[in-house]
Amino acid sequence: MHNNGISLSPEEMARYSRHIAIPEFNIEGQKKLKAAKVLVIGSGGLGSPVLLYLAAAGIGHIGIVDFDVVDDSNLQRQVLFTVDDVGKSKAETAKKRLLALNPYINITVHNTAFTKDNALDIIKDYDVVADGTDNFPTRYLVNDACVLAGKVNVYASIFRFEGQVSVFNYPGENGERGPNYRDLFPEPPPPGLVPNCAEGGVIGVLPGIIGSLQASEVIKVVSGVGEPLSGRLFLFDASSFTTRTLQVIKNPETKITELINYEQFCGIVPAENLEAVKEISVQDFKALQDSGADFQLIDVREAYEYEISNLNGELIPLNRIAEAGNKIAKDKQVIIHCRTGKRSADAIRELQQLYQFENLYNLTGGINAFAKEIDTSLPVY
Amino acid sequence: MAKIIIPTPLRKFTENESTYQTKNGATVKEAILELTDTYAGLSKHLLDTNQNIRSFIRIYVGEADINSLEKEATPVKSDTVISIIPAIAGGIA
Repeated sequence: MHNNGISLSPEEMARYSRHIAIPEFNIEGQKKLKAAKVLVIGSGGLGSPVLLYLAAAGIGHIGIVDFDVVDDSNLQRQVLFTVDDVGKSKAETAKKRLLALNPYINITVHNTAFTKDNALDIIKDYDVVADGTDNFPTRYLVNDACVLAGKVNVYASIFRFEGQVSVFNYPGENGERGPNYRDLFPEPPPPGLVPNCAEGGVIGVLPGIIGSLQASEVIKVVSGVGEPLSGRLFLFDASSFTTRTLQVIKNPETKITELINYEQFCGIVPAENLEAVKEISVQDFKALQDSGADFQLIDVREAYEYEISNLNGELIPLNRIAEAGNKIAKDKQVIIHCRTGKRSADAIRELQQLYQFENLYNLTGGINAFAKEIDTSLPVY
Repeated sequence: MAKIIIPTPLRKFTENESTYQTKNGATVKEAILELTDTYAGLSKHLLDTNQNIRSFIRIYVGEADINSLEKEATPVKSDTVISIIPAIAGGIA
């Protein structure tokens, strides 16, 4: 990063004095931070520590991409936000918080989803991208956009107790770019092979750890100080406190020439193309319960979710449903539910295809809808 | 003989075991096959229908990607540590 014409005011010199005191970082490193433009995609679990530390460190221009609003369930790990922020725009709230932390920086809010149609236009104004997104289509989009636009992609990802960090598309001394995400994972796993958000979960402090490492890599890339994590993948398992740093090699078959349809690439079928299933509302389900009618209730969530709350259904997790055809009645109404109605709809499609059931009904909105509209003593999770 | 480190997303198929010590197997492929024979539910996550390791999984021996070694034929010894690295989406996932 260049720092032509950049100067630091006396107030900034005082603020950044602990950076300036590091011999190899010095005033020149701080000027490079001030001259830098960093785009942070996602201001959630990873984005929170990344943004806080980049703002505190004095990155001169930070862009934030996020279309989401703050939810109660975010506060367990998204330390940018408070109870007062619930329901508000994450990106706008983040900007306010970060400028209160450091008024000597500039922040641009992109209160929009990051899509193939706007990706290249957004990132063209930045030097470095920090990927703090939460789904495979956007991961591949961020990667491909960075490769096409020649930007460094500082990557981090988390799941339960495990985190991954790497620096992709980093220019080496000979100008050749280092490995990118597609060199590591040429293809995404098909939907259903990896746990979805409801089955997943993450220990709240993990994004704090991994996002801080991500911020550290951004600062190294921008300042030119240290050896960025290019060509390497750092892994951290908080549960066993083990760390590994593995090699990432370039794949000669990786070819990125344009942005593509990433939902399709990741095997995600648009909702309108899914086969419709029969639905039953939580109100009709309650009436059915009260009528004393004979029906079977199947719960396709995980065992630990059943412990959070349940409707006394028979627990058959989605990944076991295909082998459970003989446990499901054909001679009476069968109602299948999950947390929100998505997994149970998938279960019904699978059962109908495998065993030609015609008596399966999806509980619309799942147990969360039941908890909100019928029995408010049940937790919504 | 080798130690295989199971990543978190796949532990629900290994009765929550985080490692597996192979009993036989002279290559990475043989070690992985022994693992999937032991935990049948893992098979479709690691192997395609032709029993090849899936492209969204990386396998490492020590710190080295097996694609930089002898791929699935990479030999393993008693002190070899094999890592299975899946793509994880992050954030809430």
